[in-house]
Amino acid sequence: MTVPRTLFEKVWNAHVVREGTADSPSVLYVDLHLVHEVTSPQAFTVLRERGLRVRRPDRTVATMDHSTPTLAVAGQLVVSDAAAGRQLETLAVNCTEHRIPLYGMGDERRGIVHVIGPELGRTQPGMTIVCGDSHTSTHGAFGALAFGIGTSEVGHVLATQCLLQSRPKTMQVLVHGVLSPGVSAKDLILAIIAQIGVGGGTGHVIEYRGEAVRALDMEGRMTVCNMSIEAGARAGMIAPDDVTFAWLKEREYAPRGTTWERAVAHWRTLATDDDATFDRTVTIDASTLSPMITWGTNPGMAIPIDGAIPGETASTDSAADRARAYMGLAPGQQLLGQPVDVVFVGSCTNGRLDDLRAAASLLKGRRVASTTRMLVVPGSQRVKREAEREGLHEIFREAGAEWRESGCSMCIAMNGDTVGAGQYSVSTSNRNFEGRQGKGARTLLASPLTAAASAIAGAVADPRSLL
Amino acid sequence: MNAPVSTPWKPLASQAVLIPRDDIDTDQIIPARFLTTTSRSGLGRHLFADWRYDAAGAPRRDFALNAVASDGAEILVAGRNFGCGSSREHAPWALSDWGIRAVVASSFADIFRSNAHKNGVLTIAVDDAALAALHASLLSQPDGRITVELAKQVITMPDGTSGWFSVDPFSKRCLLDGVDELGALLADLPTIEAWEAACDR
Repeated sequence: MTVPRTLFEKVWNAHVVREGTADSPSVLYVDLHLVHEVTSPQAFTVLRERGLRVRRPDRTVATMDHSTPTLAVAGQLVVSDAAAGRQLETLAVNCTEHRIPLYGMGDERRGIVHVIGPELGRTQPGMTIVCGDSHTSTHGAFGALAFGIGTSEVGHVLATQCLLQSRPKTMQVLVHGVLSPGVSAKDLILAIIAQIGVGGGTGHVIEYRGEAVRALDMEGRMTVCNMSIEAGARAGMIAPDDVTFAWLKEREYAPRGTTWERAVAHWRTLATDDDATFDRTVTIDASTLSPMITWGTNPGMAIPIDGAIPGETASTDSAADRARAYMGLAPGQQLLGQPVDVVFVGSCTNGRLDDLRAAASLLKGRRVASTTRMLVVPGSQRVKREAEREGLHEIFREAGAEWRESGCSMCIAMNGDTVGAGQYSVSTSNRNFEGRQGKGARTLLASPLTAAASAIAGAVADPRSLL
Repeated sequence: MNAPVSTPWKPLASQAVLIPRDDIDTDQIIPARFLTTTSRSGLGRHLFADWRYDAAGAPRRDFALNAVASDGAEILVAGRNFGCGSSREHAPWALSDWGIRAVVASSFADIFRSNAHKNGVLTIAVDDAALAALHASLLSQPDGRITVELAKQVITMPDGTSGWFSVDPFSKRCLLDGVDELGALLADLPTIEAWEAACDR
């Protein structure tokens, strides 16, 4: 009889090259290393300085996403920022020199790194996946152990295909019940972060479990795992099941034929064993949740959309007070009806086809308010093509929204897509930190449904009123 | 083990920059618009850019980094959960370039802590009571000095009280010897190759 193990423990154990000791961390093997332009140049410089090569270019994939333009001018994507242009060029040169496959500008498979990994079938259950990007946790939706690393570690993986890692603790988030109509995966993860806090997952890998998690489609599971880092967690994971396998089957890099059958048989063994234990358990009832929206300057500062902003008027010194001051909001105030300048639908959190379908379902036959600018940015060029095949772009355009090329865009505001100082943005992205969408920008994180409803109203709106 | 690649971490005695806020995220430490660089150096001038400069680009007098007492400081004192948010190593690069060699907080985000230790920036987690006392002490005496001895894992506050802090043994050794993890991994390459062969990679 073997010791019962969690999903995380099974994947971790299968990748330990050298077990850690009291004095040194474990050597952990990396199956897939995703690379983008912003966090890789200095890592390649270290390789050059030390005379090293990329050991496994076949386990490395690069794309351009963070600082890429989303607005085509005369059919061309022109990088206006000289430094960003140099950074993109540096990635291209590094990938050529080290024979790393690159989905560069103009490649129809290009997109946000956490969107293209899964859609190409490169992301698979049981893998270890890293990237110099904290939202690498997204890939945990497939039952992979996936986490963000710094640039030094990017260099370590390029040179050795391994990382030195101490074993994280485990946390299960058990989600009972069923999500109500109009309440999505984004609302669920915002509610989880509000419950455990932005540092609540520190040192842990979260496994999301329970009826409501099993009921999510892959896009929803990716949204949930994506924001694990916003609770401070090292990674987020969901056990692979028939929903996962159906989604992956026939994807470009997914196994085929008998190899596929063998892979699925193995993937089925990854689920947490019945008697396995976690270091910590958090329970949440999905049926009690409403659409969620953030009011403050970290993703844990979230309330039900029809709720009031918390806090005491007497206090002036807490993080919440600072957040309210930055956001220009008062304790006790409702967000419903708060005028909105910008609505952004996109990002590695909510830039997939299903997210665009959700937003389009409310915008169809309706108009974006004249006082509001709405930007829809697909997560990848493939998402863009598929959305256009369904006519979603026409729905967005007819409603008065801007339909763009893929990229991180207004989530990180490195490419010229920004929210103005003092402006309010309802955004489907993952971070509402001060200045995240542009210096002085005020971000309200929400689901694609809430974003679309708010665009129509020109103010924060409850999507359930339009269902 | 491998040859030194950076300056060994020497004992520290310095006044501190006090930013007594919780959940200071990496977008505050170094805003994303400064991430288009391909270099590791020169980011100190952008450290805390949006808190440090006003709309015209002039230093804000009310921000700690611009205070007289912060001149030459090598220690930053913050609140809980310092460095949350993105994986950008530009955050410790900016801190280090400005001159910071240690950050004191009651907790740190995982990726920030890992990145900081790879760049000669020691993270020191103290308990909430000790941190509150340190905040109070620095508010009343902004040029109070803190000493840190990594070898003994001891921090001494401006009021003379000392405390032991935790640091993982491997990071400690790397910091004290000025070596990086890459050397250790490269030394393990034969083991890695054997593992790949055995595990069908």
